[in-house]
Amino acid sequence: MPLLEVKIPPMGESIASGILAKWHVADGAIVKKDQPLFELETDKITSEGTAASAGKISLKAEAGAEVKIGAVVATIDSDAAASASESKPSAPAAAAAKEATPSPAVRRLAAETNVDPASVAGTGKAGRVTKGDMLAAADKPVAASASEPKPSAAPAPAPKAAAPAPTGARQTRKKMSPLRAKIAQRLVSAQHEAAMLTTFNEVDMSAVMALRAKYQDDFVKKHGLKLGFMSFFTKAVVHALREVPAVNAQLDGDSIVENHYYDISMAVSTEKGLMVPVIRGCDTLGMAEIEKAIGDVAKRAREGKITLDDLSGGVFTITNGGIFGSMLSTPIINPPQSAILGLHAINERPVALNGQVVIRPMMYLALSYDHRIVDGKEAVTFLVKVKQAIEDPTRLVIGI
Amino acid sequence: MSSSETSSFDLIVIGAGPGGYVCAFRAAQLGLKVALVEKRATLGGTCLNVGCIPSKALLHSSEHLAWAKHHAAEHGIKFGSVELDLAAFLKRKDDVVTKLVGGVSQLAKARKITVVTGAASFVAANTVAVGEQKLTAKNIVIATGSAPVELPFMKFDGKTVVSSDHAIAFDSIPKKLVVVGGGAIGLELGSVWSRLGSEVTIVEFLPKIAAGYDNDIVRNFTRILQKQGLKIEVGAKVTGFANGVLTAERGTEKLTFPADKVLVSVGRRPFTDGLGLDKAGVQLDDKQRIKVDAHLKTSAPGVWAIGDVVAGPMLAHKAEEDGVAVAEWIAGKAGHVNWDLVPAIVYTNPEVASVGLGEDAAKAAGRAVNVGKFNFAANGRAISAGATDGYVKLIADAKTDKILGAQILGHNAGELISEVVTHMEYGGSAEDLARTIHAHPTMSESVKEAALAVSKSALHAM
Repeated sequence: MPLLEVKIPPMGESIASGILAKWHVADGAIVKKDQPLFELETDKITSEGTAASAGKISLKAEAGAEVKIGAVVATIDSDAAASASESKPSAPAAAAAKEATPSPAVRRLAAETNVDPASVAGTGKAGRVTKGDMLAAADKPVAASASEPKPSAAPAPAPKAAAPAPTGARQTRKKMSPLRAKIAQRLVSAQHEAAMLTTFNEVDMSAVMALRAKYQDDFVKKHGLKLGFMSFFTKAVVHALREVPAVNAQLDGDSIVENHYYDISMAVSTEKGLMVPVIRGCDTLGMAEIEKAIGDVAKRAREGKITLDDLSGGVFTITNGGIFGSMLSTPIINPPQSAILGLHAINERPVALNGQVVIRPMMYLALSYDHRIVDGKEAVTFLVKVKQAIEDPTRLVIGI
Repeated sequence: MSSSETSSFDLIVIGAGPGGYVCAFRAAQLGLKVALVEKRATLGGTCLNVGCIPSKALLHSSEHLAWAKHHAAEHGIKFGSVELDLAAFLKRKDDVVTKLVGGVSQLAKARKITVVTGAASFVAANTVAVGEQKLTAKNIVIATGSAPVELPFMKFDGKTVVSSDHAIAFDSIPKKLVVVGGGAIGLELGSVWSRLGSEVTIVEFLPKIAAGYDNDIVRNFTRILQKQGLKIEVGAKVTGFANGVLTAERGTEKLTFPADKVLVSVGRRPFTDGLGLDKAGVQLDDKQRIKVDAHLKTSAPGVWAIGDVVAGPMLAHKAEEDGVAVAEWIAGKAGHVNWDLVPAIVYTNPEVASVGLGEDAAKAAGRAVNVGKFNFAANGRAISAGATDGYVKLIADAKTDKILGAQILGHNAGELISEVVTHMEYGGSAEDLARTIHAHPTMSESVKEAALAVSKSALHAM
C-alpha cells in the first residue's frame, strides 16, 4: 500500500525544529494534492506544509508539538483516495526511536496528560522521548478547543499545580505564542550578549522633502510607485557603511568577520510580531528598486508569505518607529549584526541656523551598536555620515 | 617478522593497555590489519600488570583476612587463629595477573593481531621504529598511558619511597606505611596494607581525601576508614623525607610521620617519553598531554591518541571506550564516546562510586536539582550481609527529573553505579529508575529507593 510520509521540510541551516502550530485537516480526512495540511512556526517564519499527493491522512503529531526538521508528522495513504475505502492504514513508518518502548515515566505521563509520545520530538539517545520532553510537551498550549481539563487516566494526583490563578475580569491571560516567545528570547539574549549602547543625532529633513516634492510626479510616472524616505536612508546607510567598515562587521566567536556586501534588513511590523526581511545588494540598487523591494517584502511579511531566504543574511538593520509617531527610541541589535539605525517621527521644530531661529522638519536618529566590535568614534562617525547624506543628498552622488 | 625490513599495516597501536589492546581488537574485528606494539613482555599495560587488577586481587584477599579477623565471630564463625602467609598472598595476586595477561595474548593471537614487543618511537607521522624494525601504517594510535608522578624532593627509590608499582609487592609488611596522596590508588593500597597489619597514615594536601566526591560522601567515607584504623591527615603539605621520618606542614604547624615505607600516590602523568612525537609532528598541551580534537585526532594527520595520554579522567574504562571509538572512526564507522558519563570508583571497603554531576558541583553551578538519598542501613540485604555502611545519592534536574549524577558509598558501590550510568545514557529520569523493577532482596533496591527519594517518595524510609 503506497503510504506517503508527510515530513517537516528543511527550512535552512539555522532552523532545526519548529512548532506544529495548527492542523488544517482532521485525522482520517481525505486530502487533495497540494492542499495545505499544517502551519509550522519557527523562530523566524511561519510557513505551510502541503500534501504531496492525494489520499487519506493519518496524523502522527499533535498541534502545538515541537517537531524537528525531517520529522514525520503524518502519513497519506494514496490508495484510500482512489478507493475511498475505510481500510485502516497499517503500521506507519515512524522513526526507529518511536518504535522503542517508551520509558516508564513517559508511559505514565502519556496516560495522565494524553500527550502521545509519538508526537513528541525526543532529546534522549537516538531521539528517544524523555520524561523532560513529555513534561515540556504537556506544558505546551493545546491549539484545538480543550478548555476543560482532561479526565485523568490514572487516579494519581495531578503532577503539578499548573492551573493559572483565577484572573477575574480585570485581566485576561493567554499563553505566549511560540513565535512571540522566541522573539522575546532573542531580544533578551541580544541584550545579554552584546555590549549594546546607543548614540543619537538629529537630521534636518528639508532637503529630502524638497527632492521628493520636486520629483515625485516624474518618479511615479516612470516607476509606478512613490518615492519614500526609506530609499534615501538605505542609500545613506550604504554610504556610511562604506565610510565606516567597522559597522559592517560581526563577531563570530573570537573572530571579527568583515562583510563586503550591503544587504540591509528592514524591520516590518506584522500581526504576529516583528519580522526583519532583507533587501539584497542595496549598493547596486537604484532608489526605485529599493522602494519596490521594500514594498514587496513588507507586503509578503504581513501576508505571512515571507520565506526564510528573505530573512537571513542581512548585515545592518533599519527600523522606523516614526510611522507610529515615536520621537526617540533605543533599538535592539538584530544578532549577529553589530548595529541598527532607528528612524523616528518628523516634527517641525525651531532650530538655530546661521544665527537665526528657523522652523525645520527634524527627525531624531538613533544608532544602537555592539561596543565589543564598534568603537564610539566609529559609531558616532557613522551616524554623522547618515545625517550629512540626508541633509545634503548630493553627497551620495559624489561620494563624500 | 624479520628485522630491518619495513612491515606495513592498516593500523599500528602503540601501547597494549586497556585502551590500546581494545582498540587493536576492535580494529581487527572490523577487518583491519593491525600491529600492537608493547614494551612490556606481557600485554595489558599498567592496568593488568601493576594497576587495577593486582590491586583488586590484594584488596579482595585482604578483605577476607579482615573479615576473618574482625567479623567472622559476628556470624558465629570461630577460627583457631587467623594468620597471613604473605608469600602465598602475593602469589595469588601474581597468578591472577598471569591468567589475565595470558588471556589478552590469546585473544590477540586469535584475532590475528601482530604483537611487536619493544618500545616504539616515531620516525615519521606514519612510521614507527621498534628496535631495528620499521612499521608503517596509514593510521597510528598512541595509547602509551601514564606513569606515577614523582615528588622532586623525594624521588622513588623502589625500596623506601615507592610508587604503586612497588606497593603491590612489598616482600614484608611495613610496620609504618605513610601514603602521600589520598586519591583512589593511595586509599586502596593503604587499605590493603592496613588490613595486613601496617600502621597506615594517609597524608593529603587537599582539605579532603577522594577529592572528586561530594563533601557529605567524603565525610562519611573518612569516618569509616578511620574506624578501620587508617590515620588520615588532610590539608598537609609534604616537605620531605629523611632518616625514616616524613615531614609535612599544615599552615604553620609542623607535622612528622615516622615511616618504614612511603607510598607516593599523588597522581599520574601522561607517558610519552621516548616516543619521538616531534618527528611525527604530534603536539602536546600545556599539561604535557597529547593534544587531540573531539575525534581524538592529534595534530599529525593519521595519528590518534587515546586513554591516559590525552585530557580526561585516567581510567581504564574511559581508555577502552576511546579505543573502540577510534577503531570505528578509522574503519569509517560512527564511533561514540560519552565523556560526560565516565563512572569513577574507589575500591576500598566500602567502595565509593560516582557518575555525572555531584550535588556539590550542581549547587555550585546554580542548577536547580532534587537530591534523593537512601541509607543501606534500611536495606534488608545490606543488613543480612553486614554491609550497612553508606548510602546512595541520586541527583536529578528539578524541572525535568532527568538524572544528572549519582554518588554511592557502600559495599559493591562500583557494581551498583552501573544501572545509573545506563539510565543516564538513555536520558532517563529518576522516576524511570524508580519504576524499574529491582530484585528483592538486593543492595540495588537502595538505588531504586534513592530514585524514589528524589520525589520524596521513598517507601522504606521516612
